[in-house]
Amino acid sequence: MEKLLEILQELHPDVDYDSCESLINDKILDSFDIITIITQINTEFDVAVPASEIIPENFNSAKALWALVERLLDD
Amino acid sequence: MTNLLEYLEKTVREVPEKTAFANDTYGISFSQLSARARSTGTALAKRGFYREPVVVYMQKHPDMVNAFFGVLYAGCFYVPIDEEMPVHRIELIFRSLKPRAVICDEVSAKHIEELGIKAEYMLYSDIMDSPEDSALLGRIRAAHLDIDPAYIVFTSGSTGIPKGVCACHRSVIDYIETLSEVMGFSSDTVFGNQTPLYFDACLKELYPTLKFGATTYLIPRSLFMFPVKLVEFLNEKKINTICWVVSALTMVSAFGTFATVKPQYLTNIAFGSEVFPIRQFNAWREALPKARFTNLYGPTEATGMSCWYRVDREFGPGDVIPIGKPFRNTQILLLKEDNTPAKQGEPGEICIRGTSVTLGYYNDPEKTAECFVQNPLNTAYPEIIYRTGDLAKYNELGELIFLSRKDYQIKRMGHRIELGEIEAVASLSEQIKSACCVFDDVKNKLALYYMGDIEPAALGAELKAKLPRYMLPQAFIKLDQMPLTPNGKLDRKTLKQRFMEG
Repeated sequence: MEKLLEILQELHPDVDYDSCESLINDKILDSFDIITIITQINTEFDVAVPASEIIPENFNSAKALWALVERLLDD
Repeated sequence: MTNLLEYLEKTVREVPEKTAFANDTYGISFSQLSARARSTGTALAKRGFYREPVVVYMQKHPDMVNAFFGVLYAGCFYVPIDEEMPVHRIELIFRSLKPRAVICDEVSAKHIEELGIKAEYMLYSDIMDSPEDSALLGRIRAAHLDIDPAYIVFTSGSTGIPKGVCACHRSVIDYIETLSEVMGFSSDTVFGNQTPLYFDACLKELYPTLKFGATTYLIPRSLFMFPVKLVEFLNEKKINTICWVVSALTMVSAFGTFATVKPQYLTNIAFGSEVFPIRQFNAWREALPKARFTNLYGPTEATGMSCWYRVDREFGPGDVIPIGKPFRNTQILLLKEDNTPAKQGEPGEICIRGTSVTLGYYNDPEKTAECFVQNPLNTAYPEIIYRTGDLAKYNELGELIFLSRKDYQIKRMGHRIELGEIEAVASLSEQIKSACCVFDDVKNKLALYYMGDIEPAALGAELKAKLPRYMLPQAFIKLDQMPLTPNGKLDRKTLKQRFMEG
């Protein structure tokens, strides 16, 4: 989780990722960020995020994103 | 043909009820487009605006496209500004342009008030249905020349101030005619637009739509985050033609979207002047074996695209897709340092000759004179060529291959960026003593090294308000001392190396 937060912090140092649950709905993350996040997850955790998982629900909060990473690590 | 509106005037007679421009929920037919453009043009002309820039400051929407054509009817030239541009950049553009008139929507009207911009601003919704004065529009048209400007679009400038590239009707007509030949556009073309309306890239969709009576869907920006939804949108709208930046295409292929859903109607795919990673490119070809793929290359200063290459063979890892050859009625001069033509295999600077070379940078004769120059191979009469600053060579097949930039300009996510502009904007902060921006072209990451009394996170937050998203560095690194070259200049090479090695 810490590594993931680091990735997110680097993109938007001013966002409170512990509390924010509307990263997509409030347009905080854009396509640029999504691509960076997916690429970095791939490098850091060695898991590929399949296209079917690249949906708003999985990116709205750091928690949801971490749940996705854990799910992918389990597979 | 001397005016771009002639495309619309021919098509509106042939297919008045067909949809011209649409997004996910809203569409306008050619007859609506024409009527509203004429109304908007009349409204501008009656307010006394003529042969001057008119800013169109709206959210990306079919109405924004409609407003462009309204500006042309008034005999003015449009300057598109997007709601999502950062405030600082918008202020700089207004300062260099000094426009008297702005067309806006409800949201941007508020921004204009907050910025204290001293221009007359009109809500598009107020003027789009105002009564048309066809005699007045007729007089404006009779006085029109094809060397009159059609638009100004702003590109990154190394001094921190964006440069306004100004193009005339004749250049755009030349571009649209030759591009359409190469791409094979027709009345059956259904475009899926990806690029913002404030760059020249959208010319590829806007004017062929008018010329052929085709249809353009402006794809909602949010879909470019979610590849499966994006492809579903292409299928739902039966989109068969896309001219996208490479990063938008690789976003789809790299995440394995094709395993879930494939574009069903897509047959004509063009991509921009960035390097297309071959693995991603091959993933597209494999998914769409029958589609045509065209690599396009060109600077804003030569209206849009100047060269093309239709993919006609296999490319393997390490291969580079050529930029091919120039469009009809355009010539590429490949000039060496001593201004003599490069021979096959020798690198030279791409210099462009032809009607597509634009008028230059608006209100900036000095910057214009630097790269819109006399053709050094012709001393007999005045002839302007544009020096791109891009280096290229010819391969054994006689195809042009892009090599690199001469200066500190880079391409990121399809956008052209001067590293100097990022540094100049960072240096506006009082706490910054010195700044150097470097680009890792392998990982596609920007870093800003700086000396000063400010923490990285605070500097990042500050720059976020001043720079467009694609120009924002991902890493801010504070240094006690900047590395210098033996001549005492900022040692960019060392910093770049340091960043790339992590």
